[in-house]
Amino acid sequence: MSLVPKFLRAAPPRPAERDGAAPTPLERAKHNGAEAGAGVLGYLDERTGASPFLRGFLFRKVPKGTNWFYTLGSATMFAFVSQAVTGVFLAMYYEPDPTRAYTSAAHITNEVFLGELVRGMHRWGATVMIVLLFLHMGRTFVFGAYKYPRELNWVIGVVLTVLTLMMGLTGYLLPFDQRSFWATVVGVNINASGPIMGPYLADFMRGGAEFGATTLTRFYALHMLLIPGLIAALIGAHLYLVAKLGTTAPPWMKAEKKSLQREEI
Amino acid sequence: MADLPDKHKRKSRYTADRNVPGAFEGETVTRRTFMTGGALAYGGIASAMFGLPALGFALGPMFERSAPETWQDVGGEDDFNPETYVPVVMSLVPSIGEAGKTTVYIRRFDPGRDAERNSDLPYVAISTRCAHLGCPVRYIQASQRFVCPCHGGVYDFEGKVDGGPPVRPLDRFYTRVRNGRVQVGDRFSVNSELERFPHPRDPSNHLDGLWQYLYPARPST
Repeated sequence: MSLVPKFLRAAPPRPAERDGAAPTPLERAKHNGAEAGAGVLGYLDERTGASPFLRGFLFRKVPKGTNWFYTLGSATMFAFVSQAVTGVFLAMYYEPDPTRAYTSAAHITNEVFLGELVRGMHRWGATVMIVLLFLHMGRTFVFGAYKYPRELNWVIGVVLTVLTLMMGLTGYLLPFDQRSFWATVVGVNINASGPIMGPYLADFMRGGAEFGATTLTRFYALHMLLIPGLIAALIGAHLYLVAKLGTTAPPWMKAEKKSLQREEI
Repeated sequence: MADLPDKHKRKSRYTADRNVPGAFEGETVTRRTFMTGGALAYGGIASAMFGLPALGFALGPMFERSAPETWQDVGGEDDFNPETYVPVVMSLVPSIGEAGKTTVYIRRFDPGRDAERNSDLPYVAISTRCAHLGCPVRYIQASQRFVCPCHGGVYDFEGKVDGGPPVRPLDRFYTRVRNGRVQVGDRFSVNSELERFPHPRDPSNHLDGLWQYLYPARPST
């Protein structure tokens, strides 16, 4: 009896191999390694049925003319993942309390090992994500990739843009220095300038009539829980539609095709 | 033609007439439909039981008064005069330390200059919160004006708008004298005639003409 589970054990030699010369150690290692890998993947695939989905998702056909501009969406998503990862680790040291937020942020920068790097990645990554997002949006617009049947994906993208900007607004307060404080005061009051609902929206953001004890915790909860969750879910929907509908060829490819047809006539 | 089914004929509302298996006499809703509806209703009730309290928890501060009435001692009566403003630091939100403090400019009420408005208040306490977007204004004695650093709002000696984007004069605070000490109370907003609005409005909210009805008083103030 072996302790190794059955699916991880090397398969018994095939009948054809059994008759021939004994395999060299190198051949045996190659054979066992390949079988072990196939065994684990096969185990997972048999129980999830993921491979047809993954094959369709990862190896889907792309139109002729697909170029580097088509990577901007993936780049934006990578920026989001990088923000999520660095954000989770920043949350281990950050304290969302009005009297301690600034000192904890300064502690991260000045004392925590690699704190300056991680905080810097989060701070600059935020800008990178916004820039990439708008480049991706511009590519979609200029290439006409928002047209039928992809309108819904454009709408999801616009919602993602708004959510990303909300991440910028809520995250800006967290260092709690003079710049963040006054920028947030002004930002909330811009919301308050909307008629009828504006002042209520400002009260919701501040958690009261004045910038108070709950304002920072509110912004922190929105910044690290609510909005990232929504963004992750909507990225899932966005990708599902991309895989389902496929990508569009650049507009000049269509023009070439038309001229070809004319030549054929 | 007679044996073709009539598309416009309404189906009977009784399950027995529609040949649903196991139909009861007089039954109109199938048990499948009833169970589906029941499961959805239970799910909805269960979601509402945690969803609505959570929503109320988050939205609550919009509907309760969050700034309690306070009076803060800012100095003796001799510390202030009618000619110029004296800056005083007071605490608006005591629980959050430095971030909850604000500067207030105070001078004695001048019957000649201040005419009829707010004559029940012995001192004029001007809030430094700009009526445009809430940046801190400062008083410049040489020009007798309040100036905002953010977007160029300018106010005259009484806090009325002199230029720039602000939509109404600077807010003020209630004042009183107790045992020879000047005390500063709650904030109130004023319109361009310096008429008092007891519920302070957010910066950027108009208080004149028809505009004022677009920015009603909120329960939180």
